[in-house]
Amino acid sequence: MTTVDTAVGRPGADERVAATHPVTRLLRRPEMGAFLAALVIFGYFSLSTNAFLTPAGAATWLYSASLFGIMAVAVALLMIGGEFDLSAGAMTGTTGLLVGAFTTQWGMNLWLAMLLSLLIALTVGAVNGLLVVKTGIPSFIVTLATFFILQGVNLAGTKLITGQVAIQGMNLVPGFEAGKAIFGSTIPVLGLDLKVSIFWWIGLTAVASWFLLRTRYGNWIFAIGGQLQSAVQTGIPVRRTRIGLFMGTAAAGWLVGMLSLFDVATVQATTGIGQEFIYIICAVVGGCLLTGGYGSAIGAALGALIYGMILQGIVFAQWDNNWLKAFLGGMLLLAVLVNLSVRRQAGVRA
Amino acid sequence: MIATPILEVRGIGKVYGSVIALSDISTSVGAGEVLCVLGDNGAGKSTLLKVLAGVHPHSTGEMLLDGRAIRFTGPRHALDAGIATVYQDLAIVPLMPVWRNFFLGAELSSGVGPFSRMRVKEMRAITLAQLGRMGIDLRDVDQPIGTLSGGERQSVAIARAIYFGARVVILDEPTSALGVKQAGVVLRYVAQARDRGLGVVFVTHNPHHAYPVGDRFLVLNRGASLGEFEKSGIGIQELTRLMAGGAELDSLAREIERG
Repeated sequence: MTTVDTAVGRPGADERVAATHPVTRLLRRPEMGAFLAALVIFGYFSLSTNAFLTPAGAATWLYSASLFGIMAVAVALLMIGGEFDLSAGAMTGTTGLLVGAFTTQWGMNLWLAMLLSLLIALTVGAVNGLLVVKTGIPSFIVTLATFFILQGVNLAGTKLITGQVAIQGMNLVPGFEAGKAIFGSTIPVLGLDLKVSIFWWIGLTAVASWFLLRTRYGNWIFAIGGQLQSAVQTGIPVRRTRIGLFMGTAAAGWLVGMLSLFDVATVQATTGIGQEFIYIICAVVGGCLLTGGYGSAIGAALGALIYGMILQGIVFAQWDNNWLKAFLGGMLLLAVLVNLSVRRQAGVRA
Repeated sequence: MIATPILEVRGIGKVYGSVIALSDISTSVGAGEVLCVLGDNGAGKSTLLKVLAGVHPHSTGEMLLDGRAIRFTGPRHALDAGIATVYQDLAIVPLMPVWRNFFLGAELSSGVGPFSRMRVKEMRAITLAQLGRMGIDLRDVDQPIGTLSGGERQSVAIARAIYFGARVVILDEPTSALGVKQAGVVLRYVAQARDRGLGVVFVTHNPHHAYPVGDRFLVLNRGASLGEFEKSGIGIQELTRLMAGGAELDSLAREIERG
């Protein structure tokens, strides 16, 4: 038999050694691209506009990043697991509208209404997951259907109940102030008046990141998205995990629904519509592969930070708002190309 | 072999409906032994493998584990009995780090429910140590397993089976998709597993890969045994002739000479 050393049989063996250099390893992290992009965009708007770096300005873009960030993190987990959820945006509207209708129209206790709204959201998520797991229909199609159903129900239901396209008067509901303390308050930090949603965002990102990297469930999510067949063969509870991920995005939708509800005490029936792709874009900009099996929660949070900074930065710079979309498309394309090369390097030599 | 073999089959057969896929096969594998199951396509290798792995129950004959009759109810049963099978696709996730792949589906965790935490340090250390025992010296268990060579990936899968309590490892065509050098790497790991006291069932259609590492050779053809041979009792040319059934012998002979 041939005598072999470790580096045998692969001409690229030397590159592998180089790849383990700590700096290179840091650069290879999925969220690194988003981190660098965030720095550049932060620097650009800080220098080119007066408002961006002011306490009020920073609080504004952080707030807008936080709502997208919470969703992007949940969507990233789902995407790493190999699926999409197009109903995630509409869900932020549905949950808020439900609480609004339950309390202002039918006089239900606020906390009970919130709990019920959460249960309904989780059920919708579970149905999404079950349909995907049982039928094998791509989640893109299943959740596209759910998205349209929710959108229709949000608009038609709200009109039916209130005769308007929004539910107002939440601030008159008993217990609203207590709810606002949890979901709609403002906390001063170092001269910045930060909305509480920013802390929810940071907290959720930390928890999701730990979950993904330091628990067995995280391991399962990567495996399911990376190579479903292998996940099945190694005895991972594949179905339960996948359904759980759909329930996760639905729960995040509820959280964001509550955060917006208590912020302004009003819910528009169109809330969240059209945002589902922004969550996906944030996740992809943050290093998630569209094909699943790779990505990070911190990356998705950074993707949302980038989106928030651009969204508000464009306003501060007094550009035409429509540039945002063009910018977003460009970012997505760039991110996908970068991710593709990462995937090639990280070896899909299966 | 004087010691009781770990796994033994006597006159075993498998019938799918009216098709006799396997009939009257007797063989065994003991600790520190490599049994090569050879045969051309359709010879019944996969059927025998599936019976040994517990995927399909046998129709006739008997199976003995440590000398006692047993009938596997499923792959999990076989696995619990220490019979691990490494299939061709290896059940790995290319984008995931080596150590995560090593423990896939059997992660070491502390704590309960959603708050259980993986013992990452320990898992990394065990992966490194176990691969080291197989003679695989990885500098970094954090690299995606997809960046390893085909042979290394195969050996990680073997090391994983061993670590999780296998006494007999069944390898399904471990060298068929590999180049010459890589096949050599895998054969070395097969030898390593044998030296560590495992029984190895090496299923292959390539006598050139089987011969250097095998102790005994079971040759199958059309679902029946053409005989089981000790290495001392058969040469590689004869083994090849037996497998090929006399056809294309000239070209095969030339191939052997070059090999």
